[in-house]
Amino acid sequence: MSTSAVTPTTTYSGVVRPGAPRSTRVWRILGRLLTYAVLLIWAFICLFPIYWTITTSVKPNTAVIQGPTYLPYWDYEPTSLGWDAVTQGSQGEIFVRNFKNSLIISLSSSTLAVILGAMAGYGLARFNYKFGPFRNKDISFWFLSQLILPPVAIIMPLLILYRRLNLIDTHIGLILLYTVANLPIVVWIMRDQFNSIPSDLEQASVVDGSTYFGAFGRIVLPIAMPGLVAAFILALIFSWNEYFFAAILSRTNAITVPYMVAAQVSSQGVQWWTMAAISTAAIVPLIVIGVFLERYIVKGLTAGAVK
Amino acid sequence: MASQDVSTQPVNPIPAKPTGWSPSLKFQRRIFLLPAVVITLLFVIFPTVFGVYVSFTDWRLNAVDGRSFSGLDNFRRMWDDARFWNALRNNLIFVFIGIPFQYVIALIMAVLVNQNIRGRKFFRVAFLLPFMLSPVAAGWMIGRSIFDARWGPIANILDDYFGIEWSFYEDGRHAIFALILLSAWYSIPFIFVMLLAGLQAMPPEIFEAARIDGATAWQQFRDMTWPLLLPVSLTAIVLRMVFEFKLIDIILVVTGGGPGNDTETLTAYIYREGYQSLNVGYGTAMAEVFLFTIIVIMTLFLYLTQRWIRDVN
Repeated sequence: MSTSAVTPTTTYSGVVRPGAPRSTRVWRILGRLLTYAVLLIWAFICLFPIYWTITTSVKPNTAVIQGPTYLPYWDYEPTSLGWDAVTQGSQGEIFVRNFKNSLIISLSSSTLAVILGAMAGYGLARFNYKFGPFRNKDISFWFLSQLILPPVAIIMPLLILYRRLNLIDTHIGLILLYTVANLPIVVWIMRDQFNSIPSDLEQASVVDGSTYFGAFGRIVLPIAMPGLVAAFILALIFSWNEYFFAAILSRTNAITVPYMVAAQVSSQGVQWWTMAAISTAAIVPLIVIGVFLERYIVKGLTAGAVK
Repeated sequence: MASQDVSTQPVNPIPAKPTGWSPSLKFQRRIFLLPAVVITLLFVIFPTVFGVYVSFTDWRLNAVDGRSFSGLDNFRRMWDDARFWNALRNNLIFVFIGIPFQYVIALIMAVLVNQNIRGRKFFRVAFLLPFMLSPVAAGWMIGRSIFDARWGPIANILDDYFGIEWSFYEDGRHAIFALILLSAWYSIPFIFVMLLAGLQAMPPEIFEAARIDGATAWQQFRDMTWPLLLPVSLTAIVLRMVFEFKLIDIILVVTGGGPGNDTETLTAYIYREGYQSLNVGYGTAMAEVFLFTIIVIMTLFLYLTQRWIRDVN
C-alpha cells in the first residue's frame, strides 16, 4: 500500500476513495496487516495437518521417534519405507483392493444418488404432487428430514436385514446404503437447481409430443450440469469418507479406505510412516477435487440457503 | 434451509397439457419421484420402524433361544444407566460448546475473506480443504499424530518453549477439549462457506450508505452485517447441530471413548452395546430415545431462534 496521500486507498468493501487523514490511514494499514496475519494463521492451521501427514509418510523411523521433525532434507532424509510397507507384498494387495473398493462404492453410489435425486428433484420442482395430505412441500421436507436421523438408529435393524438378504460385506450393500444416505442433499440441490431454470423449453417440447423423460433428458439435464456436478461431488465426498456403516456392514471383501485407516490406528499405533501413507492415500484424491472444483462444492453446500 | 424456504409450489411449473389430460402423463410424473421414495422407504423408514419393535425386545445376536418381547425393560434399564446419561451429556457438550466455538471462528474468517484482499482464491480453497477430508483420517492426522504427547509437535513445542507439560488424553476434560478442537477443524469450513455466501449475497449499497453516514466498521458489522446474516447463520448452525449429534468417527479412532467413558458419545455407546456386545435390543432402544431427543432439541431450537429472529428484526 502506498504512503502517498493522493494515492487512492482501498477500503472495507473495495470502494476507492481519495486520501484519508493520516491517522486513519495508519489504522487502516494496521488493520490490513492484522487481517492478513489472522488469515495466514488460519490457513496454516487448515493446511499444516495435511503437510504433516504427507511428509510423515516419507519420514524414516528415527525422524519420528526423536520428536517432531518438519522439513525434508533439512531435518531428515526422506525414505519410501512407509509407502513400501503399504504398497508391496500381501499388505499391498489388501491396500490396492480396499482402495478399489472405495473407488467402486463411492463412484457408483454417487452416480446412483445423482440419477435418482435429479429425477426426484425435477419432479418436485416442476409438478404438483398430491399423495393423500402430502404435497410437494411435505415431500421435500420429508427427504431433507432424513438428515436428522442418526445412523445408529437404523444400523442394528439394517444389520439384521442385511444378514437376511446376504448383503453383508458386499459392494452392492454399501452402494445402496450410501445412495440413500446421499439422497436428501442431492434432492435438495437438484430441486434448487431446477427451480432456477425456466420451464419454457420443456413445455414447448412436451406440447410438441415429447415425453417428460425426453424433455428432462435432452433439454433440462444439460442446462442443470452445474447442479449435477455439485451434487455428485458432495455425494462423492460423503461416500468416500464414510466410516460407520462400512465398519459394521463389511468384513473383508468390501472394506473401504476409512475402515482401513481406523483399523490401522488401533493395530499399528507406533508405525507412523505407514499410517501416514494410508492416510495420504485417503485424503489426496479429495484434496485434488477440492482444489480444482471448489466452486461446485460451494454451490452444493449453499444450495437453497442463500437467496 | 431447513425451515425458511421450502417453497410450497414449483417456481416454474409445467402445466398439464391443455388438450386432454392423459393418465400416462400422470404416471410419468410419478415415475420421477418413485425410485427415490421407494429406496428411502426400504433403507431408512423400514429400519426405523422395525427398530421401534426391536427396542421392545431383549434381542441379542448371539442368543440361542431367539428373542422375546420385554416390554419397557430396556427403557427402565436406560433410566438407571449412568453410562447412558454420561454419553448423552457428552453429546450435548459437543453440540452446545463445540458449535458456538466453530461459529465464532467461521464468522471471523468469512468476514475477513469477504474484504477486498489479495489471494482470496487461495484462502477460500485452503479454508475449505479440511471439510473434504475423512474424519477418520483427520482423527489420525491430528488426534493421534499432531496431538501425540511424545512425538507430536504441539506437546513438544509447549514443553520446549513454554515449559508446559500438556497431555491431550490424560484426563477426560483434556480429551474432550482435544476432540472439540478436532471436530472444529473439519467442521468450520462448512459454516465458513455458508457465511461467506451469505455475506456475498448482501447488497453493497447499504454499506455504502452507512459509511457515508459515518458508521465505523464495527457499527456496520453489529447493526447490519450480523443481523442480515442471521438467517444463514441459523441454517448453518442447525445443519451443524444435526451432524454434530451423530459424532462418532473421531471418537472411535482417537480416544475410543476413553479415558474411562469420559469422551463416549451416545452413538459410540450404542455402537459398542449393539455391535460389540451384540445386545441389539438395548442398543436400538437407546438409539430410538436418542433420535427422539434430537428431534425434540432441534424443534425447540428452531422454535426459539425463529421467535428470536422475529424479535430482532
